Amino acid sequence: MDLFVAIFAGTVIAATPLVFAALGELVVEKSGVLNLGIEGMMLMGAAIAFGAVVAGYSMPVAILAGGLAGAATSLLFGVLALTFLTNQYAAGLALAIFGSGVSAFLGRGFGSAPIDALDRIHIPGLSDIPLVGPMLFRFDPMVYLALAMFVAISWFLYRTKSGLVLRTIGESPQTAHAIGYPVIKIRYLAVLFGGLMAGLGGAYLSVAYTPLWVENMTAGKGWIALALVVFATWRPQRVLLGAWLFGGMTILQLQGQAIGLAVPSELLSALPYLATIVVLVIISQNRQMLALHFPASLAKPFRPAG
Amino acid sequence: MTPRLELRNISKRYPGVVANDDISMAIAPGEIHAVLGENGAGKSTLMKIIYGAVQADSGEIVCDGNRIERHDPATSRALGIEMVYQHFALFESVSVVENIALSARMPFDLDALSRQVVELSERYGMPVDPRRIVHDLSVGERQRVEIVRCLLQRPKLLILDEPTSVLTPQAVEKLFETLRQLSAEGCSIVYISHKLDEVQALCDSATVLRGGRVTGTAEPRKTTSLELARMMVGANLPEMHIEPARPSPAPILEVKNLSADPPHAFGTALRDVSLSVHGGEIVGIAGVSGNGQAELIAHLSGELRHRHAEAIRLEGQPVGRLDAGERRRRGLAFVPEERLGRGAVPGHSLRDNAVLTAHRAGLVRGGMVDRGRAAAFADRVISRFKVKANGSGAAAQSLSGGNLQKFIVGREMELAPKVLLVSQPTWGVDVGASAFLRQTLVDLSRAGAAIIVVSEELDELFEICDRLLVICQGRLSSSLDRRKTDREEIGLLMTGGTESSTHKGSAGALHH
Repeated sequence: MDLFVAIFAGTVIAATPLVFAALGELVVEKSGVLNLGIEGMMLMGAAIAFGAVVAGYSMPVAILAGGLAGAATSLLFGVLALTFLTNQYAAGLALAIFGSGVSAFLGRGFGSAPIDALDRIHIPGLSDIPLVGPMLFRFDPMVYLALAMFVAISWFLYRTKSGLVLRTIGESPQTAHAIGYPVIKIRYLAVLFGGLMAGLGGAYLSVAYTPLWVENMTAGKGWIALALVVFATWRPQRVLLGAWLFGGMTILQLQGQAIGLAVPSELLSALPYLATIVVLVIISQNRQMLALHFPASLAKPFRPAG
Repeated sequence: MTPRLELRNISKRYPGVVANDDISMAIAPGEIHAVLGENGAGKSTLMKIIYGAVQADSGEIVCDGNRIERHDPATSRALGIEMVYQHFALFESVSVVENIALSARMPFDLDALSRQVVELSERYGMPVDPRRIVHDLSVGERQRVEIVRCLLQRPKLLILDEPTSVLTPQAVEKLFETLRQLSAEGCSIVYISHKLDEVQALCDSATVLRGGRVTGTAEPRKTTSLELARMMVGANLPEMHIEPARPSPAPILEVKNLSADPPHAFGTALRDVSLSVHGGEIVGIAGVSGNGQAELIAHLSGELRHRHAEAIRLEGQPVGRLDAGERRRRGLAFVPEERLGRGAVPGHSLRDNAVLTAHRAGLVRGGMVDRGRAAAFADRVISRFKVKANGSGAAAQSLSGGNLQKFIVGREMELAPKVLLVSQPTWGVDVGASAFLRQTLVDLSRAGAAIIVVSEELDELFEICDRLLVICQGRLSSSLDRRKTDREEIGLLMTGGTESSTHKGSAGALHH
């Protein structure tokens, strides 16, 4: 039973950086913008948050700094893709490479020593309930923030007018412009929000999950986040499920390595990536649902006519 | 009285074309004002300028005595100007009520809004289900959504671009009642149409455009159709020339007991559809949009395949399981309802669009497009069908609706098809081009082709078809001889009335 609790808790924690990054990207893509640079934004968030802790700032300040670093990085993409209407694929790829390089440069002074990880909460009473306590009430605050963001984003996208406007801009910016909505401005806000979320995801990696700084420590999680959004057919619930699936496979393969399965560890490490993609491909077969949720103008530059 | 809206010397130039040249007009509160003109006369540009979607190069717009300084759609909407586009400005992937909520100036409460939509749509006889996804609505249904959306704003000036082309005669009458009521309440209406009888029935005044200029103003009720048409076209309209049909002995296209499940959640199931079309005749399919026309066309064209090959026969050969390309190879040609996106690739040149279906006419050799021949083919279509375009290199999307339709119909006709399937041949096309297209279809049929026309315009069907069938809820009526039926009978069949109760003898006699 202890093993089960450990795997469950580990899954939720391992999924948290993906939940942040993928939900952020979901909002960006719903506005019709494709930002491929999640990896770069996550790395910037991870580096800045770690640096802030090393420099002696408090944990909340460091995490916020990480998020803002992600947002600042995304602004670069925004200027290229939304103001200068460059190709969004190229701009996003450039951002991924840029973030990885700059974060490596910034991280040179951090050393390789781990820091004290973000404290987990302890609610007297609740956290002490057998089984349920360790499974639900002993995480760090960022895990709960990620879940709160999931609820907030689902509600925003499907229950508020602003969310509806965002979705329709992703579908037909010309029409939204014709009705009188500021397409470029709303897309900027979405891109900045995506950057903030990716930055928070990165910060979680470096100050809570690992917690230390290593160059390119995201190890492709930015790309997995991107794949999650696509294969989740642009729906928040499936993004969350996909992130948990990835987290679960990560923990399971670590357990597998620990008990010494006779499988090369490289193959085991690849398992979460493979499994996530396979499962999401299977669940994204329904074309009708795909047509309804796919932002039709994804990655197409928009210039107001007239 | 201060005009609700006044245009002073509006001009708008695009590269190579003057869309609007020094246009002035005034519309009083409560006035219903028609804007008449051929395709390319500049009507749509002028409407976009009024609405603020496009900025004029010079001239001014005055609303209720105040000059509009910075003009954009948001300004218009704040002033109470609403527009029903000819190409609808709806978002496909969200529901009707969400679409309406996007442009509604009211708190975001979808349930309350749904109730308002239902109430308003019932009051004006335009049934709309607020929960349906726009993606699954037919053109006619989408238009209702657009109109209801505008009415919800209680507009002071309503712009309607060709609004009646997809409505039943009864619905047109309902719409006119609505518009007259709105006008009596003080709302001004700008009504763009090419149907002269409608303009005469509805409008107080008319401004006629040709080549971007005002060529005349008139009081439609005191002017004859002929005079109005002459102002529009600048010449007399060609007269239709229809010889009696001489149908081929055996049918060329035969559909037998075709049943099919709806292709998607909101589609219509086809139920036991049978029809046959002989060479040399035109068969029309009438019906209110969304009653299975889209599904029937998709099965006939091969976009949807049927599991029983024998359900559809082309020259006696079963083709039900063949795809669209194979059916085209066997002599079937298809002109879809959506010109941009399905009939033609918007961003491609006319030459490239010609290759898409005419590649069998020697335009491709050894897998390579013969650009010279393709251009020659496109040029031939352009000159034979009098398409107004900047040569075969012009992008499909740069053509007006009517001219693109002429090009697409022309492209299919050049292939000398055995069967031509046409959906909404003249939807949104002006008088001159419509007459031309109809004559072209008649000529092709008299030359031996079997033609099926699916249209929501009864006038058109009665004008060119030899036989009529009515589709309602996925069922096809039996064949009716055009000379032995009338609008009333067809209208009743369109709304689900049974044949026995409407017209006892003739339908049954033809069936046996």
